[in-house]
Amino acid sequence: MTTTEPDLSTDPDKRLSGSGLGRFSDRAFALLLLGAGLSVLVVLAAIVIRTTIDAWPVFQYMGFFDFVFGTEWRAGFSRTEFTGEYGIFPFIYGTLYVAAIALVFALPLAIAVSIYIVHYAPRRLKTTMSYFVEVLAAVPSIVFGLWGLLFFVPVFLHPVTKFIAGSVGEVIPYFSSPVANVNYFHAGFVLAIMILPIITAITREIIATAPLPEQEAAYGLGATRWEVIRSVVLPRSFSGIVGGAMLGLGRAFGETIAVLMLVGGSQRWDPTRVFFSGDTMAAHIAATFQDASPETVTALLGIGVVLLIVSMIINMLARAIVWRFGAVGSDAL
Amino acid sequence: MTSTLEDTPTVKPGHRSLRDKEGNASKRDRKEQFMRYLLSGLMAIASIPIVLILFQVIRMGWQVISWEFFTTREFPPAREGGGYAAGFVGTGMIMLWASAMAIPLGILAAVYQVDYGRGITAKVIRFFTDVMTGIPSIFVGLAVYSLIILNTGFTFGAFPAAVAISIIMLPIVVRSSEEVLRTVPIELKQGSLAMGARQWQTTVRVVLPAAAPGLTTGAMLAVARGAGETAPLILTAFGNVNIVTTWFNIAIGALPLQIYNGARQPFAPGIERAWGGALCLMTLVLLLTVGARMLGRRFAKTVRA
Repeated sequence: MTTTEPDLSTDPDKRLSGSGLGRFSDRAFALLLLGAGLSVLVVLAAIVIRTTIDAWPVFQYMGFFDFVFGTEWRAGFSRTEFTGEYGIFPFIYGTLYVAAIALVFALPLAIAVSIYIVHYAPRRLKTTMSYFVEVLAAVPSIVFGLWGLLFFVPVFLHPVTKFIAGSVGEVIPYFSSPVANVNYFHAGFVLAIMILPIITAITREIIATAPLPEQEAAYGLGATRWEVIRSVVLPRSFSGIVGGAMLGLGRAFGETIAVLMLVGGSQRWDPTRVFFSGDTMAAHIAATFQDASPETVTALLGIGVVLLIVSMIINMLARAIVWRFGAVGSDAL
Repeated sequence: MTSTLEDTPTVKPGHRSLRDKEGNASKRDRKEQFMRYLLSGLMAIASIPIVLILFQVIRMGWQVISWEFFTTREFPPAREGGGYAAGFVGTGMIMLWASAMAIPLGILAAVYQVDYGRGITAKVIRFFTDVMTGIPSIFVGLAVYSLIILNTGFTFGAFPAAVAISIIMLPIVVRSSEEVLRTVPIELKQGSLAMGARQWQTTVRVVLPAAAPGLTTGAMLAVARGAGETAPLILTAFGNVNIVTTWFNIAIGALPLQIYNGARQPFAPGIERAWGGALCLMTLVLLLTVGARMLGRRFAKTVRA
């Protein structure tokens, strides 16, 4: 025995717990992390409260309900007081309408694509396909806007919508001419293409996590693949798909630039026609901000607050549904 | 009606193949076939626009890409030549700053939620991080405008733009980092603690290095998302065709803003440049995304091993 035994008897406390500042390092580190966690709350609170305060004058001037449900938007040019009239209902209507059109096209297709990838695609292609979907969800919206405005709408969509207006539109006034180059339908359709990979990324994951034992049991009873999907997979994924669809809807509400380039930027509205140039809340903010007078900027902040309220309600509902269904870990959310 | 065991041989003598289907079974089989074709068809329809968009952006964008496109400022829309240098510099500066703010903060917040956070505080933070993901980007732009430009001395420029982009990136970083940190094996942490390391030493020297590739994945996805954002930049960066290298108080250009401005005016040279810009932006974002996914997959393999 050449090693000397450490002398623990003299002061065991000193050996087991460190000395000096080191003792506080853990607590300091935990505090730092708590600060980082709380910063998320602080940032959120700051942006919401500050914007509401700055938008308050327009709510006072118009009255909150007249601001939300007024149909007349006439921008004023004053630096110090309110002279215009600010009713944003046409924009709210446009937002809901364009998002609804997008969802009508995107959701069934997203569910079909998810079912195909999970249950029908050749095993070798499965990973590649879901990988492809997630990569596509990252294409920036400005690229969709540019492509829609300069290529897809003039080359493909506009001839089709003109044809619909000329044939179906003769009978049903909802589809009647004239078809503006930019309108609700064109914006909604391109938006559908844009949110398709986003919704698919969510629904695919939900469909892939449907309980396997139940599917195996159904196969064991002799069900065909489609019967298993129809009576086991889809009912089990229903609430998850609803949640995913609402998250997609939230995305469609807030989408600005692609819609801005395709919706028309008009301050009128006409709920009786689908090929009508209108505007959405987000698009109106982005389109008029750079030329706006101080009083109009305040009104734009007001639109922002209303947009936030609408999308928060949708989002919280969606998350409540998805949470009840079970956690979904997708970056696309 | 239904065939019993006795009368089956009279209908079909000899060995009956299992593949022979009658009545209801063949109807179900036809339905199965039909659904298979329907779903394949829908899959094909869904991929058409995606193929079109990639094809068109590459075809149109490729024509304007040259050395000049990356090194000169933009000319007026009706004039040929010139490039998006102002946009590249602006996007680079804004993203650099936004990443420097959002990524470290996001990773720390994620560490808090995974290893340190307990009780109601952690739950509340978690909930509001999720809420933050759903905030429309245009609102973030408005909020930063109101917070910084209306209420402090700063005006449009790289600073408010970076703040806006970092607010958009923050919840993405937190969420993806959280998922990665949860996959770090508990044995590693226990081993470190058993060796006498303090908790912060365990976090900094064991957990974070083990999760590093996954954290990089999340950060890259967030950068990809931030770089493509246009709407908040309209309200914070304001746009500029000159190359700006100042951080504060001078309106700065950005790649998506230049594409937007080029696309909405009627002159061919400006539109051509917009396609070129779109190709660059798409390439950047897709490279980041694909790179991030590859890193992520490798990380998943090493953790499982």
